[in-house]
Amino acid sequence: MFWNEKMETLRGKELQELQLKRLKETVARTQNIGFYQKMFAEAGIRPEDIKTLDDLSKIPFTKKADLRGGYPFGFLAVPMSRINRIHTTSGTTGKPTVVAYTKNDLNSWSELIARNLTMVGLREGDMFQNASNYSLFTGGLGFHYGAERIGCAVVPAGVGNTKRQIEMIQDFGVNAIHCTPSYAMHLTEVAEDMHANLDSLRIGVFGAEAWSENMRRDLENRLNIKAYDSYGMSELFGPGVAFECPEQDGLHIWHDCYIVEIIDPKTGEVLPAGEKGEMVVTPLVKEAMPLLRYRTGDITMLMEDDCPCGRGQKIARLFGRSDDMLTVRGINVFPSQIEHVLKNIPEVGDQFMVYIDRVNHLDEMTIDVEINKHLFSGELSDLARLQNKIGKALHETLTLRANVQLVEPGSLPRFEGKAKRVVDRRTI
Amino acid sequence: MTRNKYFIKQLSIFSENKSGRLAAVAKVFEESKVNIHAFSIAEANSFGVVRAIVDKPELAFDAFSKQNYALQYTDVLGIKMNDVPGGLYHVANLLGSIGINIEYAYAFRTGTFGTLIVKVSSPEDAVEKILAAGLELVPATDYNF
Repeated sequence: MFWNEKMETLRGKELQELQLKRLKETVARTQNIGFYQKMFAEAGIRPEDIKTLDDLSKIPFTKKADLRGGYPFGFLAVPMSRINRIHTTSGTTGKPTVVAYTKNDLNSWSELIARNLTMVGLREGDMFQNASNYSLFTGGLGFHYGAERIGCAVVPAGVGNTKRQIEMIQDFGVNAIHCTPSYAMHLTEVAEDMHANLDSLRIGVFGAEAWSENMRRDLENRLNIKAYDSYGMSELFGPGVAFECPEQDGLHIWHDCYIVEIIDPKTGEVLPAGEKGEMVVTPLVKEAMPLLRYRTGDITMLMEDDCPCGRGQKIARLFGRSDDMLTVRGINVFPSQIEHVLKNIPEVGDQFMVYIDRVNHLDEMTIDVEINKHLFSGELSDLARLQNKIGKALHETLTLRANVQLVEPGSLPRFEGKAKRVVDRRTI
Repeated sequence: MTRNKYFIKQLSIFSENKSGRLAAVAKVFEESKVNIHAFSIAEANSFGVVRAIVDKPELAFDAFSKQNYALQYTDVLGIKMNDVPGGLYHVANLLGSIGINIEYAYAFRTGTFGTLIVKVSSPEDAVEKILAAGLELVPATDYNF
């Protein structure tokens, strides 16, 4: 079952012609952005030099750090009057990355979500519970509008209040749920404790963090559903960029909307299908914030182009990151963000360590912080205040709660060379 | 007469709350040949402050500093208590009636009397009020040499 069969199965010459046309339009749009004007001038290329898809390789990469440099609206290719929505992602140095959408962008994005949900078996009349954060995080509104578009009855459940979530699934007869895989595990356990009857549930859509095949089997068996992996990032609209089909073997990325390259993250060399590397994406239908050769930081590979479902070439489920980004409860966290927050608090000493654990299937972040011995007052109450202050500052920047532990000066490991301040103890 | 002759130098040492830390702190005192008169630990889940009244606070301070500890001097007062039932009540009741607010306190016994160590927010005022109320303060030189 297709939402847009022509586009979903487009291949060969027809696909390449469409991609080239859209690439040229995208390149033209980028010339409204100071960063890209400068990039083209420095690389000695003009927009009209992009004559074939192969010419894409003449264009330098765009990195997340470049987007940060444009905070807040430096990457807009259209006047603010055409902006219809704004989302943000947490940035690496305290400043968020801002993404903006025109009306057409919101339309294109919900079109992709509609394709994905139709692909995994959702139909008009199904009830879809969106247990995802509805604020600046793209996961909430992104799925909401896509599911509405195919005619689902959407339950905008948001995050938290697990018992109420389960009651709604049971009492409303919900057919599909979207959330992070770790939240799905938590929900499963609570539902089992409640002896809830979730028979109406057929489909689970899980994304925004890495999850294993074992976890998939566990979720499918215990909830009696089919569980599908969802991939996206705010810079490329949000969720819905790539999605599993019922084969559950790799994710279809929408080639009419994204050109995918896999590169060696060290050399930038483009790698052939079947080789693991960093995914670089050039979105083709973005108006407000067109990007060229955007380095996602995600490690995957292009698979054989032979999926029985008839759609185009897939990417493998994600292997990890080419940088030190972590995903905790679905939220991107860079150790440098934590460092930035801590460095702004004088009572904090030189060293810190971050530990990520999975407790009852939910991610827990613990941060050990050495205190600054020169600013120690001797009072326990001041230490408790400092602990709170650090926790609050981290929460404001990361939008994540962390368990802060104050430790003695000199007690944390010192690193020669590259510091390894993050210990991810999660097993997925 | 200066009021601060009653300011006893307490060492306040930051310590994590995990096994072996008390021994580590005690070892620094032992190695620097510093004698401990009174000692208490205040803790808040994962960490705490070790409070100690010792004979040679400067010597101890240097020894801890050299080993990278976070520590600070805190001025506390030592109020004499009769070592009989009701001794603490008598002192505490008087402190309450003259409006002295105690941030924390601990007690120990030397010879024939007990000593209540108190940390107050403004020790200068407190000394005056405590003496005026007829209580007896232990001079700092009785402990810190």
